[in-house]
Amino acid sequence: MENLDKVLKSHKLSHEDYAHILEILGREPNLVEIGIFSAMWSEHCSYKSSKKYLNGFPTTAPWVIQGPGENAGVIDIGGGMAAVFKMESHNHPSFIEPFQGAATGVGGILRDIFTMGARPVANLNALRFGDVYGNETINRYQRHLVRGVVDGIGSYGNCMGVPTIGGEISFDSSYNGNILVNAFSLGICKSDEIFLGVAKGIGNPVIYVGSKTGRDGLGGAVMSSDSFTQESKSLRPTVQVGDPFTEKLLLEACLELFQTDHVVGIQDMGAAGLTSSSFEMAGKTGAGLKMDLDKVPAREEGMTPYEFMLSESQERMLICAKIGSEDAVIAIFQKWGLDAAVIGEVTDTGRMELYWHGQKCADMPIAPVSEEAPILDRPTAKPAYIDQIKDKTIDSYDTIDNQEAFEKMVSSLEVVDKSWVYQQYDSMVQTNTIKAPGSLDASVIRIKENGKALAMSSDCNPRYCYIDPHKGAALAVMESGRNVAMSGARPLAITDCLNFGNPQNPEVMWQFAHSCEGIKEACTKLNTPVVSGNVSLYNETDGTSVYPTPAIVMVGLNDSQESVLQSQLTQEGNELLLVGATKGEFGGSLYIKANFGETAGAIGAIDYDAELALWEFVIQANQKALLECAKDVSMGGIAIALAKLCATSNKGVDAQIELSERRYIFDESQSRAIVEVTSQNKEAVIAMAKALGLEIVTLGTIGGDRLKLNDIEMPLTQLQAIYFDTFAQMIEQDL
Amino acid sequence: MRAVVNVYLKEGVLDPQGKAIAHALDSLGFGELVKGVRVGKQMVLELDSNDEASAKVEVEKMCETLLANTVIEDYTIEF
Repeated sequence: MENLDKVLKSHKLSHEDYAHILEILGREPNLVEIGIFSAMWSEHCSYKSSKKYLNGFPTTAPWVIQGPGENAGVIDIGGGMAAVFKMESHNHPSFIEPFQGAATGVGGILRDIFTMGARPVANLNALRFGDVYGNETINRYQRHLVRGVVDGIGSYGNCMGVPTIGGEISFDSSYNGNILVNAFSLGICKSDEIFLGVAKGIGNPVIYVGSKTGRDGLGGAVMSSDSFTQESKSLRPTVQVGDPFTEKLLLEACLELFQTDHVVGIQDMGAAGLTSSSFEMAGKTGAGLKMDLDKVPAREEGMTPYEFMLSESQERMLICAKIGSEDAVIAIFQKWGLDAAVIGEVTDTGRMELYWHGQKCADMPIAPVSEEAPILDRPTAKPAYIDQIKDKTIDSYDTIDNQEAFEKMVSSLEVVDKSWVYQQYDSMVQTNTIKAPGSLDASVIRIKENGKALAMSSDCNPRYCYIDPHKGAALAVMESGRNVAMSGARPLAITDCLNFGNPQNPEVMWQFAHSCEGIKEACTKLNTPVVSGNVSLYNETDGTSVYPTPAIVMVGLNDSQESVLQSQLTQEGNELLLVGATKGEFGGSLYIKANFGETAGAIGAIDYDAELALWEFVIQANQKALLECAKDVSMGGIAIALAKLCATSNKGVDAQIELSERRYIFDESQSRAIVEVTSQNKEAVIAMAKALGLEIVTLGTIGGDRLKLNDIEMPLTQLQAIYFDTFAQMIEQDL
Repeated sequence: MRAVVNVYLKEGVLDPQGKAIAHALDSLGFGELVKGVRVGKQMVLELDSNDEASAKVEVEKMCETLLANTVIEDYTIEF
């Protein structure tokens, strides 16, 4: 091949890769084949840096129907129903074009869900941005990104008629050059009507459905596996534009198709488009495929086989149907105004044979391309910063008044209400939302089909993960589970979205390896397997990597939708109890960050038994209707948990707690919760907690016009003004 | 002086709005003739200037920073 060096470089393949390609093909590849190798062996498709660490995730439990490896994970939720869910990143596209990047991120995750045969019923999203305060270019740009991303998510989700019921958003300067946009979707289907992405049965037709193929996102999978440099900011035309109306038609057409008996397998075309979908479908069964690329519906004239194979045009699917059902399948998609065309068939060769107007333009063995992607064992090295910050405690900083500290912390963007964001999302469409955004802790929907309720919560504290990637990742699993348990639901399984920096940096690889270990440990101990997930590496700009950010979404089941526990104070005069031990944990805390601007310290020992006991306590007490509300205690400690409860419930609290140190009202010890009880149920609740080995103390009483806790105090009106107005004031300052 | 700015999607970028209009034209019976529709927008700026060269530089800045989303859109400026 001419200009081999240049071709390899532009396809991000090394000379070793090329030697491997020559060995696989037994000849020189042509450009189409190079393009296919490049996409299939990109970090995004092959998980080449991460695979080593992902192996060994716990993925099974009696309720797991489908673990990782398909478009999404599936769990049994009783009554013959299943929940299908996954979270995926769209970080790089959203940084380049926030609206379209975020919108197509939502579109992509929705397709992953309905490809499996499920109707999407709930979305969440986890967003990380950089420094949004200030008047520098970067601050204004970050605010522009926030507005664009939120607009894009709302636009796509709302058009699709899928409620966005929660999520999280946080800010740190490590995200200045690389924002994170992680989209989660959950769908519902019958547990025996799940469709997989497979192609099999010699002679079965391969049918292309959905939108036409254009030149959008050419090489997107390659792009997302690359760090940003000043130069790559002009990598512009790779951004795809989403068309939610077409996706809605595609959703309805697919669900109609699934009611028939025509489908063998179906796969959505996401990153690396037709290449990854066709190779994955055939790779799983060992079949071969023969495809005529000139039959693919084209949006533009003059497109080449290379472009058809690598385009990332949105809203497309590849179906393997049964012989003889071609016309019936095409009729369904035409009814919904979508393109559909038979473009090939299944063979027994184990090879991918591509034709262009009758001429063979690529011929590759499928298994080696999809399975022999290079698996890397990248060097790891413990980051130097960890030892520099691990010995810091609250005593390393000046002493300040608790009142002063509280005022700073409560107005922190991580604490205040984000209604500016979630009011742009339709959270009520489909009319099943029980716990909507802004109601604290997990979000909950009811399942009409079986009378149960599903709770879900997205969590990750990147500060914990920065100071201790292992424990930080484990705590993300714990916190998402705790939030789910606070609604009375039993946590069942997680999906993860692992966002890290450049894997060529040994320190980043170390963070990644240790975070994976943390997830493994926590999921094993808590018996909540990983059923799906996504890895996003190269979140680095000009040498600065993002904080390790393994975002976790836990999904849990409440057997009765009538007994979903709220996280809002209900009645003046009721008492609040604190469950769990306060041990003086300040590593990576909001207290240190908000008051002293640092992320430092260490994380104490993790007590999984205490965590499980806490979940069990809330679930059982709720089943017996002993609790009025429950809220976990996490970032900012008891003081911030109470502040959120007061602000959102429009009620005051008078609390007094004996602690070994006055600053411990801000302590972030894990496995704690605040519960509201009537005086009548108080003794029973205390007895129940003690029987489970949990510490429990009276914290205070609901009532009055202010929040009082030990030496801090704030009128409710002032607290609510801060809580509800801060975010909108920040984000709207440019408008 | 008047500057006319035309903003339109880059070639190859999907145009859902154009697609919807093409679909509507087709259902009205124009399908045989209309092969595709692309939608753009035109902005007419009234400028307090007589110097086309310097005004053009300024209008270009406006396009780059606000009037066009240069990630997915191109623009032309006419006087």
